Amino acid sequence: MASLPVSSSDSDVPRSLWQRQRWLVLRRLSQALVLLAFLAGPWFGLWIAKGNLSSSLTLGVLPLTDPLLALQTLLTGHLPYAAALTGAAIVLGFYLLVGGRVFCGWVCPVNVVTDAAAWTRRRLGIKTGRVPDAATRYWLLGGILVAAAVTGRLAWEWVNPVSLLHRGLIFGMGGGLFVIAGIFVYDVLVASRGWCGHLCPMGAFYGLLGRTALLRVSAAKRSACDDCMDCFTVCPEPQVIRPALKAVGQAGPLILSSDCTTCGRCIDVCDKQVFKMTHRFDQRSE
Amino acid sequence: MGRACPLNGLIVDSARQPARKSTVAESPASAARRRFINGVAAAAGGGCLLALGAGLYSRSASALPAQALRPPGALAEDDFLAACVRCGLCVRDCPYHILKLADLGEPVPTGTPYFTARQIPCEMCDDIPCVKACPTGALDRELTDINQARMGLAALVDHESCLNFLGLRCDVCYRVCPVIDKAITLETQHNPRSDRHAMLLPTVHSDACTGCGKCEKSCVLPEAAIKVFPRKLAQGALPAHYRKGWEEKARHGGSLIGEQVELPVRGFEGSTAGRSATETVVAPVAPAPSAAPSAAPVPSPKEASGGLRRGLDSHWKP
Repeated sequence: MASLPVSSSDSDVPRSLWQRQRWLVLRRLSQALVLLAFLAGPWFGLWIAKGNLSSSLTLGVLPLTDPLLALQTLLTGHLPYAAALTGAAIVLGFYLLVGGRVFCGWVCPVNVVTDAAAWTRRRLGIKTGRVPDAATRYWLLGGILVAAAVTGRLAWEWVNPVSLLHRGLIFGMGGGLFVIAGIFVYDVLVASRGWCGHLCPMGAFYGLLGRTALLRVSAAKRSACDDCMDCFTVCPEPQVIRPALKAVGQAGPLILSSDCTTCGRCIDVCDKQVFKMTHRFDQRSE
Repeated sequence: MGRACPLNGLIVDSARQPARKSTVAESPASAARRRFINGVAAAAGGGCLLALGAGLYSRSASALPAQALRPPGALAEDDFLAACVRCGLCVRDCPYHILKLADLGEPVPTGTPYFTARQIPCEMCDDIPCVKACPTGALDRELTDINQARMGLAALVDHESCLNFLGLRCDVCYRVCPVIDKAITLETQHNPRSDRHAMLLPTVHSDACTGCGKCEKSCVLPEAAIKVFPRKLAQGALPAHYRKGWEEKARHGGSLIGEQVELPVRGFEGSTAGRSATETVVAPVAPAPSAAPSAAPVPSPKEASGGLRRGLDSHWKP
């Protein structure tokens, strides 16, 4: 717990270690379980999911396909088989319902790398660097779609760090590690939350799916906030907190920005227990 | 209206000068607007640059190296790179663990499946599980008979070290071929070096070779003399308008262009010149040497070996 910057010492109720790390642990568990579903086959001969995040078949019946990849495939002019299209529709529906960037926080393996980079950056006290505009990711998203249409191939998949890492963890990797190491170094030295928060076109795409997300974080007890800034420090998309916490531009306490990855880290770090995980229609606040 | 600035000689728009002066004081709104435009420009520039980089890299790194073969049913390479999402489901369903997904930095496009014949060749499963596993159609389900697969094309690239070309009876590539006697045949030829033996030359036929790679895998040499390449590398093509005279003749029961004048052949007057290396061994049933040219140009291996059993003492002996 010493690793967290704690500036509010006057917390009324002392919280247990579990209360202070709950959502982080659950999230890591979710990421590990997704990976394990793919690795149980090659490791123990127990086939749960085959393939990888790009496209997979779970228990021999459930096809899942990355909808962004399916979209790029369509743009190249190739019409995939029904298996891939059905899989893309299922994934699309799931994230539209639950929350687009839930993928980033709860499934994507690169998130572990960039969280580690953000932690390292905080620990080293690095404040300098040059952060690209957060809109860069949308331009990059547009760019990779254009690239797919122009080159007639899935151009982004040559370098996509997300699929590179996940595929590499399951099927073995060598050169791909350099890209992942590059992202880590970039996030530590050059741009705070540079990859996931500013550049990743997959994050941008899933963000666009997040406008109808049911699962949301709420600053329900925002009156208890003592401006310690812990949540802003730890949040991968700090700009999403202010409207809900300080009622800027909105009345309700729900964090509605589709940039929010619903990681719940703000809930963990807040000693005043301002935040809670809830659903979209829960407008209660104290 | 433009005029030259007296200080630095630049052409400035005089009509805009007052406006510029007023921005020296910089209203918050215009500062915000400038920040916004700068931000958008940076984001657009950065985003497009990264996408362009990826696009260019995908172009430069998409040539398939000569020794990487795609799984059965793979679309033509350009279409394959559009369709394959690099999920590895084909890799998982291959019962012989032949397929690999390329890693970044390998010469094969990142994440795409391939196999290397010399390491593990395709076992040509009857039910083709890799094709069934593909969710996108990068491996085409139109392929239902594995013998119709065209993963590559074998080519006997090294005539200098192939044991059969040296006159030995290795034959291993021929014997392991799953499409034996169709994809690889042994073509009998006179051995001009010993002048009394035959050479049985492994010969690949592109209309039957699936490119499974068994021949390359089993070649007994330290470096295989027969190799399987992607078809694009291994196969030539005749111009579309070419017709083979002998085929047309057979099809139409006679020459289409009438009888041709026989021209005298000069420079091949020697008794054995021009025959030894190119003509096939013909069963000694044919008594006169003059009968040889009229025999079928390529006897089937069975005929040839039948001829061989009856003796090798050919009519090339002086």
